[in-house]
Amino acid sequence: MTWEIDYLALAPELVIVVTLLVVLALDLFLTRPNKYWTATAAVAGTALAAIPLVILAVEGENVSMFEGSYVVDEFALVLKGLFVVSAYLVLLLSHHYIESERFYQGEYYFLLLASVLGSLVMASARDLIILFIGLELTTGPLFLLAGWRKGDAKSNEASVKYFILGVLSTAILLWGMSMLYGLTGEITFAGLATATAGLADEPAMIVAVLFVIVGFAFKISAAPFHFWAPDTYEGAPTPVTAYLSVNSKAAGFVAFLLVMYLALPELSEIWAPALWILAAASMTLGNLSALRQSNIVRLLAYSSIAQAGFMLVPFAAAAVAGTNIEEGFSATVIYLVIYALMNVGAFATVIAGANRTATGDIDGWAGLGKIDARLGVLIGIFFFSLAGIPPLAGWFAKFAMFRAVILAGGTATVVLAVIAAVNAVIALYYYARVIKAVWLDDAPAEVPARAETPPSVSLRLALLISAALTIVIGFFPAIATFVGDASRIIAAGG
Amino acid sequence: MEWFDTWGLTLIVFLPLAGALLLGLLPRDNEDALKGTALVVTLAAFGLSLLMITQYDFGGGSYNTYQFEVNETWIGAINSNYHIGVDGISLPLLVLSTFVMVLSVIYSWNHWEEPYNPKGFLILMLILATGMNGTFVALDLVLFFIFFEVVLLPMYFMIGIWGDRTPRKIPGFSREIETRLYASIKFFLFTLFGSAFMLLGFLALYFRSGEFGDRTFDIIQLTELGGMGAFTGTFAFLVFGAMFLGFAVKVPMWPLHTWLPDAHTAAPTVGSVLLAAILLKLGSYAFIRISIPILPEEAASWAPAIAILAVIGIIYGSLACLAQTDMKRLIAFSSVGHMGFVMLGIATMTDIGINAAIIGMVAHGLITGLLFFLAGSMSHRYHTREMARLGGNMKLMPIMGGILAFTAMASLGLPGLAGFWGEFMALVGSYNPLDGLPLGVFRTSMVLGAIGTVLTAGYMLYMLQKVNLGEPKEEWLDKEFHDVDRFEMTAWVPLIILIVIIGFYPRIVFESTTDTVVSLVDTVFGSEITASLNSGG
Repeated sequence: MTWEIDYLALAPELVIVVTLLVVLALDLFLTRPNKYWTATAAVAGTALAAIPLVILAVEGENVSMFEGSYVVDEFALVLKGLFVVSAYLVLLLSHHYIESERFYQGEYYFLLLASVLGSLVMASARDLIILFIGLELTTGPLFLLAGWRKGDAKSNEASVKYFILGVLSTAILLWGMSMLYGLTGEITFAGLATATAGLADEPAMIVAVLFVIVGFAFKISAAPFHFWAPDTYEGAPTPVTAYLSVNSKAAGFVAFLLVMYLALPELSEIWAPALWILAAASMTLGNLSALRQSNIVRLLAYSSIAQAGFMLVPFAAAAVAGTNIEEGFSATVIYLVIYALMNVGAFATVIAGANRTATGDIDGWAGLGKIDARLGVLIGIFFFSLAGIPPLAGWFAKFAMFRAVILAGGTATVVLAVIAAVNAVIALYYYARVIKAVWLDDAPAEVPARAETPPSVSLRLALLISAALTIVIGFFPAIATFVGDASRIIAAGG
Repeated sequence: MEWFDTWGLTLIVFLPLAGALLLGLLPRDNEDALKGTALVVTLAAFGLSLLMITQYDFGGGSYNTYQFEVNETWIGAINSNYHIGVDGISLPLLVLSTFVMVLSVIYSWNHWEEPYNPKGFLILMLILATGMNGTFVALDLVLFFIFFEVVLLPMYFMIGIWGDRTPRKIPGFSREIETRLYASIKFFLFTLFGSAFMLLGFLALYFRSGEFGDRTFDIIQLTELGGMGAFTGTFAFLVFGAMFLGFAVKVPMWPLHTWLPDAHTAAPTVGSVLLAAILLKLGSYAFIRISIPILPEEAASWAPAIAILAVIGIIYGSLACLAQTDMKRLIAFSSVGHMGFVMLGIATMTDIGINAAIIGMVAHGLITGLLFFLAGSMSHRYHTREMARLGGNMKLMPIMGGILAFTAMASLGLPGLAGFWGEFMALVGSYNPLDGLPLGVFRTSMVLGAIGTVLTAGYMLYMLQKVNLGEPKEEWLDKEFHDVDRFEMTAWVPLIILIVIIGFYPRIVFESTTDTVVSLVDTVFGSEITASLNSGG
């Protein structure tokens, strides 16, 4: 059998592959003081990967390869764009952090790029095997990266916890998938979609679907499968945490939604209630736990659990109601994209703030706004955006969410909408706590010494890009709606 | 003036925001430049709104027609537009908003609360101005929602950073908390809670409108649909309830008012002024602009409940005032009572009542704004707001005392001053509410409201007696007091003049509002609805 391979459609992935090989090769030949070139190569390569994406998007042709298992359509491009942009931002965050702490640089960028490659593959995957490979390639390198601060016991804990639970969830997920295959004999989404029709009452099928859900719930750290996240987030190097909470979470989310929506639409009576529970539990548990955090990274860890709940809301609501699923799907993707941008920004401010105050304690940030007004304003922008306060981008994410829920209609969804509305208020409280520390609290009597080095150029660039996107999307949400349109197209086509 | 027809409103709304960006670029130390820029920007917005009065076609058109309209696509995917315009109801409020903003900038010229930082404060004020002006002109529910929420951020920071630093024991907290910290987050959480539900209500309207054509957030189109009886039954009940939560928190109506005394008392002077003068009006304005025209039948069936809550607010607010020892907190509670009159006027659903509500809003904005200015200047001089320690202010600072006496008289509704019309007409309106509304409830409300006016007089005079009259306490005798300075004078005299003018010649407000309000009541509560109300109950 011969395959038709469209190299242009694969170009983003290929660029990343070449980049990571270049990084690995450079690392062999560079002396220690010159290792920063690996970072430069990684940043440049990621930026380059955006070019074929733009070309493909302008061409606007859907490419389907390998008997429909690998698809490059508008939806895949939007997500790849998101993965590339956020990976680019995370690389900018990493640059100074990794260099100043004398970590292994070449390997770091190699592993990070491998993970990016995995997420790009995943966005195009339309069968279970490619999806699984993409997902594992995304998370595998992160087991190592989470433990990158070798001398720190917390980092080791982060890595081990993430590894053990990651492998466990993989096993569960794979088990579920193999049962799906065993029951239907299909691995492509399209095949599964037809083969599973009428099997919703089959007990083995129920078990298979629940296993798949549990596996994914671990990956996206949805409650009650979220226990690993706060410890891992706290222990991992902060740029890796940013990556975990943005790219790897988004990748898991997309895989989750694709399987549910494209492969198992006929079984929605099994998975829809499960998603409803996951959404409600994640929002509530995540928010209530976040209220009690004193460490900024742990706070963001719980916030990202809660945000995962918000993201699931529209899709779950539409699925439970059984109507307008494409609207729910597109609202979830819009939320995902906006969340990714503002959360990267939030982590960038965490790095800059920790740099400035030498602590990750929220109370330790007291009076930061008076010491460094610009950083204070940025913290205000990102954290209020996460809380969904207009005119920052987060409002539109919440708006799209509520819109899809109300559209779905029905009692169960209205209950979910009320839970979400109450949670939105709770969330404001802990986001505002950070702002309160930065702006409202007085600086301690002895002002902590100014950091020796001002924030690096790359960190500033990352802050600038994410802040600009957060504000512009807030004023002109029409930019974000095209993401939703792209998702709606795949939804209609599927 | 073609450019003005298309750009005038947009400029009024966004000039302050542009000014805020400009201030961000100016150096922090160059205070004159900062203040000057803020003044120029707010004066320009005010000037444009005056120009708008001259260009406005009074008596033109029936309700639901707007002037200086702009309608451009904003978020195409959900059919939400940048749609703004003014009519006779929003015009006075828009002018009030730009006007009070200018005075606030003048007043803050030499009045800064700890921790100083004029740059930050002025930037927040200008952002606030954009949010307030925008809310009064927005004709698209999403746009309205955005402007309605934009005011939260600057006000949160104003209260939280420049607010009252006295530590206070709050029930439920183990240690004492500075008032500003507690008040700012309470204000934020209350309002956000309300507006989350308000947004759900807006979305429900949007989807239901899809059954009659394209889905729309447009207030004009939704008003038309509402007039045709498109939204009824349980749906309308839930939507009205959701929006009620959002608006009533902002007004604030009893029992959702508890954020107000804390926020007003803790806020810096200019923050209290803007809160009282403009922010509270966003809620009552929204009732008139959104709830009543879009859901008329539902509004009529909620009206008795609103009237009862309004009267409870009047009585409760007045009694609470009598129990206060803190001058500023007393003024804050008086807002609960005054906004109760405004809501009582709205609840009658008649042209008299709604007119009363609007003039009441304008008058309350001027009078309570001035009262908060005075409270701020007094505590600036005495470093206390405890009425037990004040006294004999008339002897120490005769001009300040005189202005305080004048304003208190205006606030208690003395005929001939602005505060009279809103209270009086709200009571007149509730004697004779919309046909079909339960007369008993409204006439009882009228009686109780009248008792409320007596109580209002009571607490205002009580405050005057405590603060102004008598002999100065010993602790002040050896101290030098500046009477009113020129910045204060410049900020206050226009308010005083307007209070008198509106008192003697209320037509300058009614000229704008009456036609629109009459036409609103006619179109919205035409004969059909009254008939259905009569048959229904």
